[in-house]
Amino acid sequence: MDVKEMLRRLHESPFEEIVVRAPHSGIARFALTAPGAQVSGPSGTWREKPGTAIVRLEREGAVRPVCAPQKGELIALATDKDGAFVQAGEELARIRHFLTKEEVLDRILREALHLFCAPEKGKYYFTAEVDIKVKAKGSRSVRVEDGMELFILSRMKRETTLRYSGPSGIVYAVYFEGGESVDAGAPLIGVCAESELPTIEDVVARVQSEWEEV
Amino acid sequence: MDRDKRIQELGTRLRYIQDIFACEQNPDVDLLTARYEEYCARYMHLSAEEAARQLKTLEDLFGFLERKLERQLTPIHKVRIVRHPQRICLKDILENVYDNYTEIGGQDEYSIDPSMLIARAYITRKRGKKTYNQAVMVIGQEKGHGQEFRNGGSVKPWGNAKALHYMKVAETENIPIHTYIFTPGSYPIEDYPGAAQQIARNLYEMAGLKVPIVAVISEGGSGGAEAIGLADTRIMMSHGYYSVISPEGAAAIEGRLKEGQRATPELIARCAEALKMTADDNRAMGYVDWVIHEPELGARPEHYEFFRKLRKAVIASTDEIVLEVSNLRLFRSWALKRHRGSDVLDVYVRWNLDAAAKERLLWRRYKKFRRMAQHAYKEERHVWKKAMTQAADALGGIYSYFRYELLGRHQKKVTELAEDVHAEMQVVMSWPARWWNRIQEAFSRKPEPAAELVQLSAWDEGRGQEGWQYVSPQAKQDRAIPCPGARKHGCLDQWAPDLFGDFAGVCSFCGHHFPMEYQWYLHNVFDPGSIDEFFADVESINPLKFPGFDERLAEAKKKTGHKSACMTFEARIEGTLVMVAMLMAAFRGGSVGAAEGEKFIRAIERARRKQLPFLAYVHGTAGIRIQEGVNGVIQMPRCTMAVRRYIEAGGLYLVLYDTNSYAGPVASFLGCSPYQFAVRSANIGFAGRGVIRETTGMDIPPDYHNAFQALSRGHIQGIWDRREIRANLIQSLKTMGGRNLYYR
Repeated sequence: MDVKEMLRRLHESPFEEIVVRAPHSGIARFALTAPGAQVSGPSGTWREKPGTAIVRLEREGAVRPVCAPQKGELIALATDKDGAFVQAGEELARIRHFLTKEEVLDRILREALHLFCAPEKGKYYFTAEVDIKVKAKGSRSVRVEDGMELFILSRMKRETTLRYSGPSGIVYAVYFEGGESVDAGAPLIGVCAESELPTIEDVVARVQSEWEEV
Repeated sequence: MDRDKRIQELGTRLRYIQDIFACEQNPDVDLLTARYEEYCARYMHLSAEEAARQLKTLEDLFGFLERKLERQLTPIHKVRIVRHPQRICLKDILENVYDNYTEIGGQDEYSIDPSMLIARAYITRKRGKKTYNQAVMVIGQEKGHGQEFRNGGSVKPWGNAKALHYMKVAETENIPIHTYIFTPGSYPIEDYPGAAQQIARNLYEMAGLKVPIVAVISEGGSGGAEAIGLADTRIMMSHGYYSVISPEGAAAIEGRLKEGQRATPELIARCAEALKMTADDNRAMGYVDWVIHEPELGARPEHYEFFRKLRKAVIASTDEIVLEVSNLRLFRSWALKRHRGSDVLDVYVRWNLDAAAKERLLWRRYKKFRRMAQHAYKEERHVWKKAMTQAADALGGIYSYFRYELLGRHQKKVTELAEDVHAEMQVVMSWPARWWNRIQEAFSRKPEPAAELVQLSAWDEGRGQEGWQYVSPQAKQDRAIPCPGARKHGCLDQWAPDLFGDFAGVCSFCGHHFPMEYQWYLHNVFDPGSIDEFFADVESINPLKFPGFDERLAEAKKKTGHKSACMTFEARIEGTLVMVAMLMAAFRGGSVGAAEGEKFIRAIERARRKQLPFLAYVHGTAGIRIQEGVNGVIQMPRCTMAVRRYIEAGGLYLVLYDTNSYAGPVASFLGCSPYQFAVRSANIGFAGRGVIRETTGMDIPPDYHNAFQALSRGHIQGIWDRREIRANLIQSLKTMGGRNLYYR
């Protein structure tokens, strides 16, 4: 895939649009009156504090706020529905969320790299030879190919070797740390073809230095 | 050199005074500051004689003004004194009051909890040529002159557990315990063993410790103080405070401050005044036995005279306790009382107790706490009514004694004997019976096959299908109720009459429990018409004359129709008579004050006399009622002692939490029960989110206090569905409990 092209597209449109819809039917009463307002998403250590309330939906005497799911700017607000009965799924607002540097990098890497994920929960380590290589020269010195013994999965004193499956390439990113438990389905490594390495490195460097957050 | 040292000492004294009178305009403090700075600037240019003369004058001025400032001290100044890093700490006391000591389980920060210090110490007493070394277990909070790792004397649950461990060691070794209270409050953390639950455990065990306990209070902050404060004699330092809550905490509640907002210094000072937390206030109310006078502006490590005074006080207190419960005490007891605190060292008292003295000690301790706080509630009842109740109680007790103790015991013995004889006979008869059966089988026809199961058993008609006895007023609203679990479980809105009527306030999709009124439980848990309330005349008052509290109390009484937050009654559950004390959230948040404590104790005493199971149903409690100050906090040891007496007499003490239960009551008479259950809706904890964040700086997850977390931490023994409370109580009465319950 063309990562440069992807970056160009992200530069042109550095945001994602989130449509806020009515979760259930009810009479809508808008808490915000006009587009253009800045809204914040859920916050707190456990994301326990809800985001900015956009609309309050009243149904049979029960009033529930509909809150912004992400930080951003309110670009559209269906104020014509203020005081009217709306059905579940109707669009109430639209938020333009500007992508952060981490989100951009995450998107690019998830597109460009092949992610090898943990098949089950446990602690993961590289096999001895690979581990030495990673520690001595960094993960990008490791070349992987399908069927290669790459990991040791350790769980409750039981150790099993795990083989890599996927396209050949070099390990661009390591997403786990030795000794820490990894959930099933979480990525362990990101692999890219050797030929694509300079391009990806270039793009990442550009994002790191040039991306401006709003 | 000597002069430099003296100037430096004056500088330290000045900084101390400035700290105590912080942010206040005081002409005496200004004068001292000006004179000191002036002297420091000039003394290098003066002749030696002149410099020495002026230094002497300056020292005299310091002495004079310190005495003057002493008379101006207000409660908030005393709070600053006990919290000042220059205040004496437990290590100073160990060095200066005891003749030798070994610290146990800690060396500075290397300790399970550096804020709790334990030491085995001894006091040497000489009588003629003989020397006696009297061993003591010293336990107390250590603030360590501002050492950060000591957490300012805020003890974590495991620190309190360590204290309890060594109290039991002292009991095994039969040596007295001296506790020193230097704490602004306990460290609010729920991790096992749990702040509240460990304090409750400490109180429960201290109520039955068979060795003399002397407590010395410098900074007595609520639950943290109670964890080691249940003592036979309580001594208080004159500049200390002993309070239900810190003045800052009280100000945050009184000022209705939101999290992050800070109370004004004036409001904090007003609260400190209103809480009546000083030594003289506590002595006047009868919560401390002695007050030891400190030097001007509070004791600091260089005040050796004060340590001598403290040494005499703790020795005399221990002597007094031991003599009061000993057999041979005639002259020594008289001599001690006559020269209280002055010549104590001339009298020798052996500090270990014999078995009979230990029992007398426990009874003395119970009576001492039972007598407390009698002025802090009101009971308006006709004399004849009181007499009638007492007579009925006494008759009930006598009946129960004859029926279940005297006759019951013999009946039990006869039944047991009959059972044993029957079992023996069964063994003897089994041989011929077996032979007889074989012969019968050989001659009889083959039995017909067992009847096949041809129909399904009928559905068990639950109580819910029959309808509830009481319907909540919430069911009268014509509206839909959204469930908080909707996002996670996709619950649909429910119609209020369905939800609060048929479903008993339980979401039929996810099982979320909406709060219900206490009346719902009264009518739906107990047998209809079986509730017999008593002690309803015991009334909450405003013993400290806390500003504005009379009106709020009157409002609560009017709103609920009750005179206190505790309702005590006898009721039946499927025919079994149960004694119940209920804390109602509707009355001042279910907070516990003197009236509530008194009612609780009377109810549990009645349950003990009548040999009834006792249920503490906590519809909700916000903690100890702060406006009653120590009158409230003293209910923690008082009620716990009554609980211990009841459980030891063979009773079954069950606790059931509903809605929110926090702080003092959980950290004492509720948390000490071996059988604690919670309705699914319950939140159980020591301190709320705001207090935890304020004191520890930690952010806690949203479900930190919920019943499931409490169960995981081992604080409660089970979680019940509201609709099954009655069935679960019946089950509990059948399967748990003490040995002396009559229905067994």
